[in-house]
Amino acid sequence: MTSDTLTPMQRTLATLGHREPDRVPVFLPLTLHGAKELGLSIEQYFAEPGNVVEGQLRLLTKYGHDCIYGFFFAGLELMAWGGGVMFFDDGPPNAAAPVIHRPEDILDLVPPEVAETPCLLDVLSAQRMLKSEVGDDVPIIGVVISPFSLPVMQMGFDHYLDLMLETPHLFERLMALNEEFCVAWANAQLEAGATAIVYFDPVASPTIVPRQRYLETGHPVAMRTLARISGPTAVHFASGRCMSIIGDVIDTGAAVIGASTLDDLSSVKDACRTKVAVLGNMDAIQMRHWSQEAAESTVKASIAAAGKGGGFILSDIHGEIPWQVPDEVLVDIVSAAKRWGRYPLDWAH
Amino acid sequence: MAAKIPDLTPQSRQLEEALLTVDRVGLVALFAECTKSYSPLQVFEQVIGPALTRIGDAWERGEVALSEVYMASRLCEELVDSVAWPANSVRGDLPPIGLAVFEDYHMLGKRIVYAFLRAAGLEVADYGRAVADEVFEKVRGDGVQILLLSTLMLRSALRVRDLRSRFDAEGLDVKIIVGGAPYRFDPQLWQEVGADAMGRNGPDAIACVEAVVQRL
Ligand code: B12
Repeated sequence: MTSDTLTPMQRTLATLGHREPDRVPVFLPLTLHGAKELGLSIEQYFAEPGNVVEGQLRLLTKYGHDCIYGFFFAGLELMAWGGGVMFFDDGPPNAAAPVIHRPEDILDLVPPEVAETPCLLDVLSAQRMLKSEVGDDVPIIGVVISPFSLPVMQMGFDHYLDLMLETPHLFERLMALNEEFCVAWANAQLEAGATAIVYFDPVASPTIVPRQRYLETGHPVAMRTLARISGPTAVHFASGRCMSIIGDVIDTGAAVIGASTLDDLSSVKDACRTKVAVLGNMDAIQMRHWSQEAAESTVKASIAAAGKGGGFILSDIHGEIPWQVPDEVLVDIVSAAKRWGRYPLDWAH
Repeated sequence: MAAKIPDLTPQSRQLEEALLTVDRVGLVALFAECTKSYSPLQVFEQVIGPALTRIGDAWERGEVALSEVYMASRLCEELVDSVAWPANSVRGDLPPIGLAVFEDYHMLGKRIVYAFLRAAGLEVADYGRAVADEVFEKVRGDGVQILLLSTLMLRSALRVRDLRSRFDAEGLDVKIIVGGAPYRFDPQLWQEVGADAMGRNGPDAIACVEAVVQRL
């Protein structure tokens, strides 16, 4: 096996430019595993940005993958809006009670100021320290929850669907507030050192709303929001389907799209080729009990389906590897990616 | 002489259409017409049930979205609530059934499943969100024999195993039916945690109840 000739950043930029780098880049979106490395509880780990810096650097060295993940957890954005989260010993923190109790509350809602919100400042501080450690060698991935998906945590999923379907004027108002916040939050991360922003928008997935509804709601929101984010973006559906809206996502100007196992990866790649790069598509829930052979065959299948011509980053389908996935599986994934991802992919037909 | 079973497929198709287009007026009219001519159980089993099943199956194939499944289940809930059903309209042949969101803070999946079960004429105790201890006490207190659990997070899905062990240790014969995203992505997970069945969607919940009741 020949060794890597490019830095993770060079490799990633080449693939985003739809060229074939030395090998397929592999992103392990690890959040909770950093706590394991440091021997801390998940709550202690996220309480101090320095822990996340140390955790991410150790994970980078340990696995030799191609990114730093500057994401803490989704519920952090709810905290910014005045809500709380619940911590667990063996899984990601979850959003607690909603902050919008009745639709009319939206009229009095004020978006948080990034510069005055301690939990957001912690993330920025971690990203800043990470940037000073890795410089331009390793991409640092920032994350925002899209204005269109955030309300699931702000008000509860059922109340949000009711709002979207039945109270368009308050829905539009909430989108305007969330857009302001999302743009400011994304740009603050880019300024702090994030290379690109993942725009998590699972509610936009045809798994959750029909395409027609998306075109009337989440799509214009994404068009407006992504246009104001001053760096490359990846639109991600957190393992929801995307096939039928790929053209619409391309219109938003996103550089990357997150693919699910619910769609056929080679069809996704065909629809994206040269226009937007594909990120995916390993199932991180099943990963928990992968043998070395299973890791290798899944990596091979993904690379065979989407690797040719560049424009592909091997990753999971959700944007977070569960706590329960053993270290050995992660080692096996990266080693298979380094073996089978080397360009040109002559073995793949 | 056995009564001839009426074919209510056309009504069921019409209902499905009205649910997917959120045609409330059409829906109420159609429902009123059905309940005038047929018994509540017939309406449950032959009109509402099959319509919801087709919608659930279409979600599975990626042809309808969750927002449509949710709306359909909500509209059916409203219909079922809008009439005073005679006592014999619920399925009297089933043991006590309980339903909970297990360990998580995510109520939508359970809400949809609950609406599907009720639209099928099943009586179900809704325990809301509950952790293992609470579920255990409810099950024991209410004599629940069929327990449906909804989870969204993998950690919660894995904890069903502890609940199973507890039931076993106490000698309680409770059939556990699980559902939610982790089980959908990892098709072996339900067996790993010792559940008796796994449902991928609302209609599946009904089929699972029918299946496990045979094994009690
Ligand atoms: C939309 C979404 C989001 C949105 C909103 C989430 C929410 N509800 O709060 C946002 C962006 C906020 C989000 C964030 C996160 N998410 Co998310 N998200 C999703 C997604 C795409 C859909 C979830 C959803 O709500 N679906 C709608 C509901 C109604 O569907 P459902 O619960 O599955 O129910 C249906 C069936 O499963 C079935 N069913 C459900 N229960 C039962 C019970 C029985 C008995 C039966 C028979 C059937 C049944 O019927 C229902 C209707 O058909 C899923 C992936 C996916 N494709 O499912 C990930 C997913 C749920 N997310 C996940 C995670 C981890 C998270 C985060 C913790 C990430 C993080 N580190 O911060 C946060 C937590 C957010 C929070 N609330 O604190 C994981 C959870 C599994 C795991 N890895 O542990 C999933 C499964 C992604 C994955 N593939 O790993 N997410």
